[in-house]
Amino acid sequence: MKKLMLGNEAVARGLYEAGCSVVSSYPGTPSTEITEYAAKYDEIYCEWAPNEKVAAEVAFGASLAGARSACAMKHVGLNVAADPLFTLSYTGVNGGMVICVADDPGMHSSQNEQDSRHYAIASKIPMLEPADSREAKAFTRLAFELSERFDAPVILRMCTRIAHSQCSVELEERVDTVKKDYVKNPQKYIMAPANAIRRHPFVEERTAAIAEYAETSDINRVEYSTDRKLGIITSGTSYQYVKEAFGDKVSVLKLGMVNPLPDKLLRSFAESVDRVVVVEELDPVIEEHCKAIGIKTEGKNILPVVGEFSQSVIAKAFGIEAPAFDSCDEQIPVRPPVMCAGCPHRGLFYVLAKNKLTVLGDIGCYTLGSAAPLTAIDSVLCMGASVSGIHGFNKAFGGDSENRTVCVIGDSTFMHSGMTGLANIAYNGSNSTVIIVDNSITGMTGHQQNPTTGYNIKGDPATKIDLESLCRALGINRVRVVDPYDLAETEKAVLEEVAAEEPSVIISRRPCALLKYVKAKSPVIIDREKCRGCKKCMKIGCPAVSVKEGKATVDETLCTGCGVCSQLCSFDAINQPE
Amino acid sequence: MKSMNIMIVGVGGQGSLLASKLLGRVLIGEGYDVKVSEVHGMSQRGGSVVTYVRCGDKVYSPIIDKGEADYIVSFEKLEAARYVDHLKKGGVIVTNDQRIDPMPVITGAFEYPDEVLDSLKKKGVRIDSIDALSLALEAGSSKCVNIVLMGRLSVYSDISEEAWIRAIEEVAPKKFMEINKKAFALGRKAGVIE
Repeated sequence: MKKLMLGNEAVARGLYEAGCSVVSSYPGTPSTEITEYAAKYDEIYCEWAPNEKVAAEVAFGASLAGARSACAMKHVGLNVAADPLFTLSYTGVNGGMVICVADDPGMHSSQNEQDSRHYAIASKIPMLEPADSREAKAFTRLAFELSERFDAPVILRMCTRIAHSQCSVELEERVDTVKKDYVKNPQKYIMAPANAIRRHPFVEERTAAIAEYAETSDINRVEYSTDRKLGIITSGTSYQYVKEAFGDKVSVLKLGMVNPLPDKLLRSFAESVDRVVVVEELDPVIEEHCKAIGIKTEGKNILPVVGEFSQSVIAKAFGIEAPAFDSCDEQIPVRPPVMCAGCPHRGLFYVLAKNKLTVLGDIGCYTLGSAAPLTAIDSVLCMGASVSGIHGFNKAFGGDSENRTVCVIGDSTFMHSGMTGLANIAYNGSNSTVIIVDNSITGMTGHQQNPTTGYNIKGDPATKIDLESLCRALGINRVRVVDPYDLAETEKAVLEEVAAEEPSVIISRRPCALLKYVKAKSPVIIDREKCRGCKKCMKIGCPAVSVKEGKATVDETLCTGCGVCSQLCSFDAINQPE
Repeated sequence: MKSMNIMIVGVGGQGSLLASKLLGRVLIGEGYDVKVSEVHGMSQRGGSVVTYVRCGDKVYSPIIDKGEADYIVSFEKLEAARYVDHLKKGGVIVTNDQRIDPMPVITGAFEYPDEVLDSLKKKGVRIDSIDALSLALEAGSSKCVNIVLMGRLSVYSDISEEAWIRAIEEVAPKKFMEINKKAFALGRKAGVIE
């Protein structure tokens, strides 16, 4: 049976077919759907872990117990999971283990454009890179076989265009994998120095053995054209762009395994063509390897290091003519993403902007509080950095910094890596004010449950961690909850807590307006007689409110009746219907 | 089999994912090799969204570049204009004539170029503009603008109406099946093609 499948869905299908039975992940675009689709198979136990380090370690534990296991994350998630990653390379596996990581060239939904291949090289872990959904499934299955054959976790490298593109995939049956026996083996699994010293040579020998496998495996393949003037070495989505731009008019070495690389195959391919060019998105990883083993090659001298490729990027680099097109003479205003109408974060950010507070932000929908007209955020670095950062900021800035600085972090991000920063605030004593924007869901990635929501990945009831108790247990005495739809209450709380002579937490709590159980109220009604067109209601940047012909107007298809705009009106012109 | 490139553009939350799913299903049913490429995440929050649908004997790249689209289906006027440079010479834009102000227009930093489609038509760009929102409301829900536009697009294809309906039955939620079928029919017979 054939099915049109998203790359991520195909990975999930591969996990199923390979007999994988445990998947633990933290959501992150563009990797999220791997775990969401895997959770649809009853044969696979799936969970959302609080962060990627936990997820990778859960998968390790499952592998240790003898099961085939996996974890999935976005590229920056692998930074969080890097600690277990490097030593997992030494322990190897019992049941096969696959780490799925999705890069985001072009930064469609990410804070940086890092290239995960560096991790595979640095940790000496084999990495496979599919070029479409069909390969995504096939390589996932192969990854488990290689993992068990070579006693190594295997990284499956996805990228946005593979993860979020659909193509036809042939479905196969789930293989009968027998769970391996668990046998206590301290020399292999206790990575204290005496054992680790013995494992490192094994890792080096293993890499050599996998490289030998890569020389002849059909995961790397040569597609010769009748023309041998130009030879392109490529992998993943770049392969597709090369084929799109050249058709069959170029000879290609397509690498399915990007670590370790097959030196003999690279050399023989290079010798068989007149000119060699490595075509790879992001960093010149393959190119530098080729140069290091003495292959005369081009690459980043004609192709960009920055951003996504496409067929036109390839065409331009090789002087192929691009198609003609019409363009628009008018200036088209940009349409950036915005906080949704009825978003509970909006009221809070209005209060923070109004009071001109310095705001250290974090990763989630609420990062959009940085956009105009609110422009309420001063910094966004990585998951959890707002809570750690505000402590450093206040310690260094001194003076009245603690009275005019806050940090903002979401419920899921707080569980991911905000807690440790809060412990630091309590322990090392800064009078910092931490605002947890609790919308009762992991929002930006498309509504995943987390330890504070009370539900698990299947939507079944689960232990709900109480944020108030957690913050108190972490040493914060001042913990209060506000409703961000109530501007006066929110402002009072913020001003009192920044002024407080001890650390404090404000939980700004209201569920995401897009959650199914959140029922929108009737749209607000504008009294055009009373409206003076002062545009005060425009300061919150709500997509449902605009001023037309000098009067405020509400888009009834968008308005959720949250009433934040009506609290801003000085003329009583915006009202909730009776 | 001839290859075809179709771009679906609009504002995050307008339902372009269902439209691309429907289109993918129809084209697979016709025996094409198909690739559908979406972008999820950050850009979905009211931002400009793009989906690429490509078919042919063999499709390599998942994306459509400048000057390559045979059709652009747009859920909003401004978005049609934004991506006009992706249209192949002689290609067609099928667009909803709805106006949705982006934040820079709402805040007053930019004017909405209301006449933008007319000036493109003057340049010779083929634009088929319909009031898909009214037709969607007539069908029973503002949310089926996506299916109205697919109905309109179907007029340009050789694929049978039955094949489209079958695909709707496979991808649309059961609860809204009749509304979606009606939306498709209304889109299909809307206006006259120039």
